[in-house]
Amino acid sequence: MELIQQLVNGISLGSIYALIALGYTMVYGIVKLINFAHGDVFMVGSFVGFYAITVMDLSFISALLISMFTCAIFGVLIERIAYKPLRNATRIAALITAIGVSLLIENGLIYIRGAQPEAYPNNVLPMDKLDIFGVSISSQSILILSVSIILMIILQFVVHKTKIGKAMRAVSFDSEAAKLMGINVNNTISATFAIGSALAGAAGVIFGIYYIKIEPLMGVLPGLKAFVAAVLGGIGIIPGAMVGGLLLGVIEALVSAAGYSLWRDGVAFIVLILILIFLPQGLFGKNKREKV
Amino acid sequence: MKKKKLAGVFLSLSLVAGALAGCNGDSKTSSSGGGSSDSGDTIKIGANLELSGGTASFGQSAADGLKLAIDEINKEGINGKKLEIVKVDNKSDAAEATSGSIKLVSQDKVVAVVGSATSTNTLAQVQVAQDNKVPLLTPTATNPDITNKAGKLNDYVFRTCFIDPFQGTVAANFASDEIGAKTAAIYVDSASDYSKGLAAAFKEAFTAKGGKIVAEEAYVTKDTDFRSTLTRIKSAKPEFVFLPGYYEEVGLILKQAREDGIDLPFMGGDGWDSPKVVEIAGAEALKNTYITNHYSPEDEDAKIQDFVAAFKKEYNKTPDAFAALGYDTGYYLADAIKRSGDASPEKIRQALEEVKDLQLVSGTLNLDENHDPIKSATILEYVDGKQTFKTKINP
Amino acid sequence: MTTLKNSKGFWLSIVLALIFFGIMQFSISSGMLNPFYINTLMFIGINIMLATSLHLIIGITGQFSIGHAGFLAVGAYASAVMTMKLELPFIIAILAGGIIAAAAGMVIGIPSLRLKGDYLAIATLGFGEIVRIVLLNIEYVGGASGMQVSHLTTWPWVFACVMITVIVIRNFTNSTHGRACISVREDETAADAMGINTTYYKVAAFVIGAFFAGVAGSLYAHNFYIIQPSNFGFLKSFDILIFVVLGGLGSLSGSVLAAILLTIVTTFLQDYPETRMIIYSLVLILMMIFRPQGLMGTREISTLFTHKKTKGGKKDGSHNTVA
Repeated sequence: MELIQQLVNGISLGSIYALIALGYTMVYGIVKLINFAHGDVFMVGSFVGFYAITVMDLSFISALLISMFTCAIFGVLIERIAYKPLRNATRIAALITAIGVSLLIENGLIYIRGAQPEAYPNNVLPMDKLDIFGVSISSQSILILSVSIILMIILQFVVHKTKIGKAMRAVSFDSEAAKLMGINVNNTISATFAIGSALAGAAGVIFGIYYIKIEPLMGVLPGLKAFVAAVLGGIGIIPGAMVGGLLLGVIEALVSAAGYSLWRDGVAFIVLILILIFLPQGLFGKNKREKV
Repeated sequence: MKKKKLAGVFLSLSLVAGALAGCNGDSKTSSSGGGSSDSGDTIKIGANLELSGGTASFGQSAADGLKLAIDEINKEGINGKKLEIVKVDNKSDAAEATSGSIKLVSQDKVVAVVGSATSTNTLAQVQVAQDNKVPLLTPTATNPDITNKAGKLNDYVFRTCFIDPFQGTVAANFASDEIGAKTAAIYVDSASDYSKGLAAAFKEAFTAKGGKIVAEEAYVTKDTDFRSTLTRIKSAKPEFVFLPGYYEEVGLILKQAREDGIDLPFMGGDGWDSPKVVEIAGAEALKNTYITNHYSPEDEDAKIQDFVAAFKKEYNKTPDAFAALGYDTGYYLADAIKRSGDASPEKIRQALEEVKDLQLVSGTLNLDENHDPIKSATILEYVDGKQTFKTKINP
Repeated sequence: MTTLKNSKGFWLSIVLALIFFGIMQFSISSGMLNPFYINTLMFIGINIMLATSLHLIIGITGQFSIGHAGFLAVGAYASAVMTMKLELPFIIAILAGGIIAAAAGMVIGIPSLRLKGDYLAIATLGFGEIVRIVLLNIEYVGGASGMQVSHLTTWPWVFACVMITVIVIRNFTNSTHGRACISVREDETAADAMGINTTYYKVAAFVIGAFFAGVAGSLYAHNFYIIQPSNFGFLKSFDILIFVVLGGLGSLSGSVLAAILLTIVTTFLQDYPETRMIIYSLVLILMMIFRPQGLMGTREISTLFTHKKTKGGKKDGSHNTVA
């Protein structure tokens, strides 16, 4: 029974990683940039949700939507201001900018409101416990998982069935050719950032409700781990990010369950390095050879 | 050609360093002109506290208490002089605490440093105090090593609070005598000397009472997901959980534990003492939890009530134990400066050491030979999210 | 290589540096500099070593590593164990810190053979975090609460180590090996085709860079009384990265200058940590947008005086562009 309980714990944690990883994987797929600031968009989303619930007294769903909307705009702003001028710069320059943006968001928020944590109110969602054969599953865990899956299905639909999704895939495949075919590359990239950031915002609100405590540096570690999840599933592949996130959550839970909870964060990075060395295309990726 | 580059490197190095040396000179003259501590009518004391970062709630409380005490003392002055606090924020980081103390001692030339609220950050300053022969007085760092490491007394280091072993022992006695627990689990923050110190003392005292430790688990500061480890604790089936951590994680642990159906009594130390613990965990999850603490604002002692009233008037909130100890530290230091006569660091050290029966909010202060106060501890229970006074235990 | 003129410049710089050392040493021993400034001075020295050692990996060899704090941590802990637990002399501790960090550099250098660009960056970041977490879990070195270290770092030690680091890295860069490293940075495939053993040079850069970061770690540990795993998180790596980027990727003197300037800025902004980080991050972003080559670009200070371009070649990294 303990093992099943641990799997449940892991899946709840993994769903949050998965939601953040979806944004990572989309952005990387289209502009080949590790958007370090993505974890901080997640944090901003969490704070927006917090203020929507406490100050504006809104319900969970409206807080979630407000947070997603705000993050979408925020993500586009980041892209337009910081990343767009660097489209043709080197990868290193882009990566350093991403680190800079991440530090700026974190410290900007600390400057505005201080570094102290904030606690989500306890009564946002009814809290029920389901006891199934001695395994207790909270209604929140189920909610997290279902929200993640619903969002992933919507995302999959958008990417594969809509015009903008087609444009995204085209830009991701070859942005020069896409441009020649009349696709507005700039708008497509902005749309990608908007969608990815909205997902991060949703993850932020869900995180707040599930883990209560939020603070300006909360996005750093989940952000990095979500990147690990994205790499694990094969970067640029949407179902891959989902599976990678869940898998990483479960791995972490099992490590803790074995009594090595202090090694948990280390394991995520060991997984990352092993994946990068032995399976750089990820679980779902196609192997690509670099051509000269 | 290429060697010239090196010339350039070193030239620039010397230039910039020269500029640095130049500006050193400037600020040095200005600081020595600005006022040294022993002349003039102010006495500078340093405060190296956690004003931001992970344990900011403690540092800020202690700073509030300290400021209140100094303001009160300055109404009358000490030997015709006023006290001035020079604050340094160590950002809850040990390396920052060290360099902060170096700055206070050498740059601001303070006569004494009020050390950090947490043990780790105070330990980081001990050597600075010893090397520069400036007294370091910590309000709330409870780790024994601070004043006495491996049998060697740090003669410039003092504290206003009792030490970890005492707190851990009190908790263990409470668990076995009052709760009647035979088995206990310990869930410790392995990033904190404080937490490990309490856990070790609890374990020793609890086993001495015939109890059994059935699970020993650990987390690190800033973790957010404890469910997996809590599930492990649950399956070890203890009757009591000792959780000597700090408020941020404790709040989350309690909440997640209750959600996972762990209805056991939890107990911790003064690290829980922050309003945040109630905000994070919620009143419901705090049911059936206890802490050992330095004082209770509900204690009816007149000195305590006067302090609580003054603090409420100034800051519009109820003082926690960190504020009380910060306040006491102000009075302890002022008392020593008064008795020292010339307010030199060496005389203050001596006066701090010779303290006897000083009446403070957190009890009567006497030191043992290790510079550790002998004081009473209070046990509090959380009822409806509020600390209620349970008992007071004398050493 | 060693015409009279060149060696003159070399010796001149050595003499200048020694004069500077003498002045500082005199100010310290005569008590003109108080401990706060001495501390700042030593911290500048340590940061110069960190910046130049990372410069070798990123700026010269083009291997984008953001786990430099990991090497710093390995060096710091290794040396602290030598002096505090085994009670060996400081010089041995410094060497041991360097050598053990170099071994760690080899460990991370070997995976780097297969990874490049972003993936290497994220893997090195992971490596830095793993080092921190491993240290966190070793009770022998105090676990999370860290290790208390006695204060042994003095100005002559720092000065000597900085001198050696800068000279070695400079000479390495200008040697055949250094040129091979630069060719790896410019175009790895082409370098391979030209018969350069790219694997060997990538690992070499990591090992040498890690060695000096480890030496810096030894000095760091014995300067700050206490070391904790939390001192060596990836924010520390970013700090070092900022030195190198700001100075100009590929410019040794740029790294040195940036390390000096930023350490001074940091010291004076110590009471306003958020402001400091906001300034840092804004500088990073604006720098990348408007002057991605950094303060100095790939040039060295001396070229500012001679107005001659000594080195051809492009700024850095792979030619892959964003989008």
